[in-house]
Amino acid sequence: MSSFLFMTVLTAFRFLNRNRMRSVLTTIGIIIGVGSVIAMVSIGEGAKSVIQSQVASMGTNMILILPGATSVGGVRGGQGGAVTLTVSDAVDLKKKLAVLRETGWAKRDVMQVVYGNQNWNVPVNGISPSYLRIRDWSFTSGGPFTEAEMEATSRVALIGQTVVDNLFTEGEDPLGKMIRIKNVPFQIIGILAPKGQSPNGNDQDDIIFIPFTTAERKVVGTQFLGTVGALFASTERTEDLPEAVEDIRRILRERHRLRPEQPDDFTLRTQVDIGRVQEGTGETLTIMMFSVASISLLVGGIGIMNILLVSVTERTREIGIRMAIGAKRQHILVQFLAEAIILSMAGGMLGVVFGIAGARATTLIAGWPTIISIQAILVAFLFSVAVGLIFGMYPANKASRLNPIDALRYE
Amino acid sequence: MSSLIVCEQIWKTYRLGDIDVHALRGVNLNIEAGEFVAIMGSSGSGKSTLMNILGCLDVPTSGAYWLNGQDVATAKPEELAEIRSRTIGFVFQNFSLISKTSALENVQLPLFYQGVSLKEQRARAEAALARVGLAHREHHYPAQLSGGQQQRVAIARALVSQPSVILADEPTGNLDTESSLEIMGIFQQLNREDGLTVLVVTHEHDIAAYAARQIVMKDGGIIRDHATEPTNPAISSHFV
Repeated sequence: MSSFLFMTVLTAFRFLNRNRMRSVLTTIGIIIGVGSVIAMVSIGEGAKSVIQSQVASMGTNMILILPGATSVGGVRGGQGGAVTLTVSDAVDLKKKLAVLRETGWAKRDVMQVVYGNQNWNVPVNGISPSYLRIRDWSFTSGGPFTEAEMEATSRVALIGQTVVDNLFTEGEDPLGKMIRIKNVPFQIIGILAPKGQSPNGNDQDDIIFIPFTTAERKVVGTQFLGTVGALFASTERTEDLPEAVEDIRRILRERHRLRPEQPDDFTLRTQVDIGRVQEGTGETLTIMMFSVASISLLVGGIGIMNILLVSVTERTREIGIRMAIGAKRQHILVQFLAEAIILSMAGGMLGVVFGIAGARATTLIAGWPTIISIQAILVAFLFSVAVGLIFGMYPANKASRLNPIDALRYE
Repeated sequence: MSSLIVCEQIWKTYRLGDIDVHALRGVNLNIEAGEFVAIMGSSGSGKSTLMNILGCLDVPTSGAYWLNGQDVATAKPEELAEIRSRTIGFVFQNFSLISKTSALENVQLPLFYQGVSLKEQRARAEAALARVGLAHREHHYPAQLSGGQQQRVAIARALVSQPSVILADEPTGNLDTESSLEIMGIFQQLNREDGLTVLVVTHEHDIAAYAARQIVMKDGGIIRDHATEPTNPAISSHFV
């Protein structure tokens, strides 16, 4: 049996080598198919990992609570249009729900910030100290403000890297400097570590944090004291998130005295939900890429079938001789199948090489992150072998069913 | 003991459009083991059709054919392949070697299809090549061999499976006179020294003259079947 396999493979290689140019051209379809699957999946995986790190940059096990839409006489405002959430909601949630590690709150407005002769329009956020912990903000220098500073409505500010870049000259240390936010002087006590883009594509580093009370009373202003732009909460473990969301909903509905038939006057979103939307986009892309790659593998398979059919015709007499000297149908069948599989396997291997090279080139030239997926390599390679097997079947079967006399007489 | 080849009332009919063409019309033939037979006739006489049936490449439309006591007339294609592999060695007119494949590997091929081990394939193929005087050409490719040498490789390939009968279809048709004589000399030698049954189809009288029995066909039937005094093989022994 081993000698049979050896001779079959040897014969197949000999023939493919005899028609080297043709063999190479035949495999190009498979090379492109496998190569594009691997390159595409690598790019897709790379993009996915970027999204994942963006989602992770939002914080750890975070729950976002936005005020709901107002509805006044049938006219509905947009999301966040109402001021239904308050600081006491946040404090009460933390008190009642042991599953929550922390709750925080924020209120934001875009304002002009001035330093020396430079000015810059920045979203200024009044926040509770806990907000920084929920969102996992860290510092390149300085540090957060304290509860006491918040109580005292201190004029202290934490600024993001983008703000630093726009207000200060290079090499200047902003720490301890005074900036004016809406003409109110603030001392910079912390520089935030950069986070990069949010999943929505916003620059998360273009930001200033000041104590919530200071914002409310001295800068942003408010209709009612204690109303917030958004509430934040976090849990100890990711698997606690769904339960925490339900608990928060229940307590907030109680606190807001909503009757059962009334809709929520707030919206709850977890980090997991946000990530899922982004990953969904990535998956659509991956499916599209996969179908393009599958089509080129299909075309490659048809190419192999075509060339094998030509080969069967060309070698009709040889097949006749082989049959006359004792080859049985399965011998001829296996021989042609071996050629098909060797062609597709060689194409698959070259495709793997080109795919990896393509992914690397994408990273080098376009700067896109790529992750070479071993799984994709295996699947694409096995798929190419299967293509050879399936598309080789028809020509091989045709060859094996030749009538030896007709085959011998064929010129 | 029955004969090696027994044919009774073999008919072969082809259908060309609406017309039935009778390639063989009730052929009766007995060939004993160890005979050297030439089948002669012009083209269209039915000798190739008879050869195909005797060689188990084709089955008769009607009639009976026993080869080595086995009924072949009703065998299925797979059974025919098995019979060809074990009992028949073919030599064709056109150089029928597989190209880009060494002489040795060509000769190994029938044993490969029989499932013989690689080691035994080699040993027996080497012996068969030596038998036709080509021991020194084992690793040559067909394109590097003369027509006569190629045909000798083909004979070695027919020999290697130790068949009951060798069927040669116009084996000298594409050879010059000297090579033709060489090839016929080898057949004669195999017949005399090894007792191998040899059937040669030819339309040339001087080639048929090497056989000890000549069968002449015309219009799908045998018109003459007689023993002859074979040509002296002495001139052919110089190359061995």
